[in-house]
Amino acid sequence: MLARPPSHSPALGPGCAGPPLAEASSVSIQYPAQPTAQVPTCGAASFLVDHNAVNAPGRDPSQHTQMPYVTGSSVLALTFKDGVMLASDTLGSYGSTKRYKSFERIRKVNDRTVLGASGELSDFQYIMNLLDELTTDDFCEDDGGMLSPREIWSYLCRVLYNRRNKQDPLWNSLVIGGIEHGKPFLGTVGMIGTHYTDDHIATGFGNMLARPLFREKHSPDMSEADAEALIHEALKVCYYRDKQSINKFQLAKITEAGVSVSEPFALPTRWDYKHFENPSANAVGTW
Amino acid sequence: MFRNQYDTDVVTWSPQGRIHQVEYAMEGVKQGSAAVGLKSKTHVVVASLRRPQVELSSSLRKVFKIDDHLGIAISGLVSDGRSLCRYMRNECLNHKFVYDSPMSTARLVRDVADRAQVATQRSWKRPLGVGLLVAGYDTSGPRLFYNCPSGQYYDYKAFAMGARSQAAKTYLERNSCLPEGELTIETCSIGLVGKDLNFTLIEGQSLQPHLDAYKAAEGADDDAPGDGGGGDAPAATPMETS
Amino acid sequence: MTIIVPSGTGNVYAGSGTIQHPSWSPYDENGGTCVAVSGNDYCVVASSNRLSTGFSILTRDESKIIKMSHKCVIATANCQADRKTLQKTLQTRHIMYMHNHGKPMSVAAMAQLVSNTLYYKRFFPYYTYNLVCGLDEEGKGAVYTYDPVGSYERTGYSCEGTGKDLIQPVLDNQLKASSPLVLPAENWMTALPMDDAVDLVKDAFVSAGERDIYTGDVVELLIITKDGVRTEHLDLKKD
Repeated sequence: MLARPPSHSPALGPGCAGPPLAEASSVSIQYPAQPTAQVPTCGAASFLVDHNAVNAPGRDPSQHTQMPYVTGSSVLALTFKDGVMLASDTLGSYGSTKRYKSFERIRKVNDRTVLGASGELSDFQYIMNLLDELTTDDFCEDDGGMLSPREIWSYLCRVLYNRRNKQDPLWNSLVIGGIEHGKPFLGTVGMIGTHYTDDHIATGFGNMLARPLFREKHSPDMSEADAEALIHEALKVCYYRDKQSINKFQLAKITEAGVSVSEPFALPTRWDYKHFENPSANAVGTW
Repeated sequence: MFRNQYDTDVVTWSPQGRIHQVEYAMEGVKQGSAAVGLKSKTHVVVASLRRPQVELSSSLRKVFKIDDHLGIAISGLVSDGRSLCRYMRNECLNHKFVYDSPMSTARLVRDVADRAQVATQRSWKRPLGVGLLVAGYDTSGPRLFYNCPSGQYYDYKAFAMGARSQAAKTYLERNSCLPEGELTIETCSIGLVGKDLNFTLIEGQSLQPHLDAYKAAEGADDDAPGDGGGGDAPAATPMETS
Repeated sequence: MTIIVPSGTGNVYAGSGTIQHPSWSPYDENGGTCVAVSGNDYCVVASSNRLSTGFSILTRDESKIIKMSHKCVIATANCQADRKTLQKTLQTRHIMYMHNHGKPMSVAAMAQLVSNTLYYKRFFPYYTYNLVCGLDEEGKGAVYTYDPVGSYERTGYSCEGTGKDLIQPVLDNQLKASSPLVLPAENWMTALPMDDAVDLVKDAFVSAGERDIYTGDVVELLIITKDGVRTEHLDLKKD
């Protein structure tokens, strides 16, 4: 677990970091605007960056990643009857700045695999370089061979785990979706190498916001249209509640027919829900 | 095979265009007892004779398991075979560790052949003295390869190597339905490149119309030269010996 | 060099007197409980399939047990990334052993190998709790229990992981043989018939699932006898 600043704020409730209400106004002075970032959930436990650690004098001069800079938020993914679907927004945040608004966080790896990433986006681009090398190697072999989704997932598990062993992690949660022997494959790996496969996966806040929806409504034999409706709903929920997200999404589908990554699109949203109008009415400690 | 002045090392060509050390190594394969391999649509089988060298000794192991999906039979210098076997086992384990999947037969065979090739091009090395029959089953189906000390490797339906293997080879040829000398889409491929045309490979089904056209033309004009002017296909040169 | 601590204990003081802060941890506690009970001719091994981090459930169906041979399995709890690497390494070593010796490892040999593998990483340990279980060369049940850096001991029964505090006392109560100080040493084996042992393990998991948030979803039981390994599943609450 990560060492965090004093937690259990009486105002915000247990598990929520923050100062007591009385000192609220001084907070912004003590913690000047810094790129706060999101840590992948299946990696280290926290979403917080320890600014004292980052700014400590006499800190080790090594260039290892101690905190992420430009980050992506949740990636959502689920299987359906004849394939896999991944979705995410296209935002790259620099702290709370919406720095890159058209960053494609879901990429095609080969004709049956797609990779989605949350966390540090430069690390994601580095990972894509690694995979492109493998794909090029396959092409040069000229035997029609191609890495399967499971092989790519397994490879990335080794890469991320080995980097955490060097105390120099790739700060990502990755989602790998594809078709393997005619069956959907969906796997994920986090920044310290924690990995698993499941019928539905969500990284970052999505694990709290979207996965409960998936658990309730998902079934492995659902149709493509149903799956798309479900993932749209989950995207919308994430957009409503995750500050570091925008209404510009991409959806990738992998079926036996091949890989498609959609053009960016927006979802219709409503902001006139009663609870949205006066959000602090039911939440003590907010304003 | 007789000694001559061009066979003292592996990096010297003879004026006839041969590398005698490599050919001697290939002769070495024929000294070993016979091994046979045969492939069906779903399976591959390899078998070897393991007669004791002398009356009082026990026999040497000549078929090795490499991985769950792959095995080899060797003929020639068994010690070289064992070292290749260890290399192949290691490659398979490493592949399994990283990719969580069995290694492709063809790619492993290529890696082994690359190693063998290096030994034919370095003055301080000795060509391997062992022939390798590799039987594997992977996503591309059952595969049977023969690896030669020269670094060449061949994809086979059926093969026999080692001492007195000619009889086995003849038997396999008679009893399997191998393609005849005629041109079919399995037995040839065409590559084409030129002005405003990127290199294009014509293989498989897309070759069929061209073959049909060729056969029609051949039937129409019996006087046409049979082939590219060289008479029969050139006999396999020593370097291509398998 | 940043000093890394496995749990959130706040600041770490390095020798030079400068305060160093870990901004991330290479370890994650993924929870899970492993239980093994052995008898005169059997060994029951069980673990829950829930994978968690913090208060989140990552997946509900991930086995924590690997089958090395028909006489030996290894159950591992806690940090999942380390567990997978450890189990993969052991599996690779086991395949090499079989290539070289033409037979699977005995449980005792595997136990020593696990210890060596863990100790090899003594100063950056695999954060895992292991049980090596199976039938020994005489056909008797064997359970070896470990700490994360490789010290180990053969016992008749053991429990590791997040449910340890809940289950180990129950096992002690139900299975404990006479005092280990008695001389000559008495057999440490439990005297339970196999079916009773299976029931005991199931009861233990049902109880632990009530109180431990990291134990739940489904329990995988492997029952090792001279006839091989049989697998059973027991559903727990998914809450």
